[in-house]
Amino acid sequence: MSEHHHDDHGHDHGIDDPDHPHNAPLSDVQLRVRALESLLTEKGLVDPAALDALVETYETRIGPRNGAQVVARAWTDPAFKQRLLGDATGTLAELGFLGRQGEDMVVLENTETVHNLVVCTLCSCYPWPVLGLPPVWYKSAPYRSRAVIDPRGVLREFGVQLPDDVDVRVWDSTAELRYLVLPRRPAGTEHLTCDELAALVTRDAMIGTAVVRAPEAAPGGAR
Amino acid sequence: MNGAHDVGGMHGFGPVEPEADEPVFHAAWERRAFGLTLAMGAWRRWNLDMSRSIREQMPPAEYLATTYYEHWMFGLERLLVDKGLVSPDEIERVRRGELTPPGSPDAPAKVQDGALRAEAVSRVVGGRKGARLDDPVPAQFRVGQTVRARNVHPLGHTRLPRYCRGRCGVVAIDHGVFIFPDTHAAGLGQKPQHVYSVQFTARELWGPDAPERDRVCVDLWDDYLEAVP
Repeated sequence: MSEHHHDDHGHDHGIDDPDHPHNAPLSDVQLRVRALESLLTEKGLVDPAALDALVETYETRIGPRNGAQVVARAWTDPAFKQRLLGDATGTLAELGFLGRQGEDMVVLENTETVHNLVVCTLCSCYPWPVLGLPPVWYKSAPYRSRAVIDPRGVLREFGVQLPDDVDVRVWDSTAELRYLVLPRRPAGTEHLTCDELAALVTRDAMIGTAVVRAPEAAPGGAR
Repeated sequence: MNGAHDVGGMHGFGPVEPEADEPVFHAAWERRAFGLTLAMGAWRRWNLDMSRSIREQMPPAEYLATTYYEHWMFGLERLLVDKGLVSPDEIERVRRGELTPPGSPDAPAKVQDGALRAEAVSRVVGGRKGARLDDPVPAQFRVGQTVRARNVHPLGHTRLPRYCRGRCGVVAIDHGVFIFPDTHAAGLGQKPQHVYSVQFTARELWGPDAPERDRVCVDLWDDYLEAVP
């Protein structure tokens, strides 16, 4: 089941989108949202500038690069990693990566023998301060339904084939704890800096649907 | 309630479809629906559990046929009417897509005191007050203890997924005291109690064909659990 509407693919239509001022008709939901914003604005209940600021925050400032920095530091700083695993909330607070939908955090370490995978079967709970807003697939019925009953099958669809001797731990975020997976550091990255390591860490690896890969060796072995 | 939102363990929805280089929002209206929901939440006329509860009341066929931010819009429209911020007539006009005429240039809409302003957004986004409570409530269960998720089917909001009801697991983590969503969503108070990560074997949940050592951890409140003698 796709959560996309065909009229929303790729870019936006209609007069509420200044980037695309052609005159395609607005869909029902576009009309409804626009009408609601106009009503609430006329009532003085919302300040449209605050909406702009909220959107801008999650489009530009809060996203998976935050979590990637945390992971890279945990890979390179054993004392930090210990604190992160023991008190994720306090340790992330020191970095400024705490806030809405991430007030109480738990970090789950992937190891040689355990692979962690995070889902929210009941809605779409997700650690916003470290990963930003969730992708559509995370919010959609296929992932939410199958992550708990067939996690290995879901992982295969993401290209991750777990050996039978690696145990899967699925974490269903049914309460207000928010989970960040600390993926395994790939072999062959010992020479990389913290920033270079962070660049390897993907959003999906921090949800548990991917593993982190070492960069392809550069020609001549420079890296 | 046993609604369409509680999909854990269901079949038939098809493969997971990740999108390469996915944008944060897929349409301008999603941006505004997101902003409107957070901005109206800042009025504190309802809590997060009420928001989740109302979205779950979307008729099942409609819930499964619509997107995430459409669920949010359904919930926001309902809450605005329920809390008296918007009249049923006004929301009917919204559903027909009718714009509210702006005030004349001489009398622009005045943003009310209490509305979220742009300069307060970072405070809302960075807020650290979650659902954790300081109340000294004793834990009913201890780490390592075997417990059973109650076989209950409340008509109201609950965060006890159907797939683990009646199943036995082991308390893996005691997370401390939190607001209880079932009462909080109904406006019946916070009922502070412990939340635990309860670890179920995949075989306990899904039967003997599941991998032997795989586990599913579910965050469950005291009231969802009973001791196994």
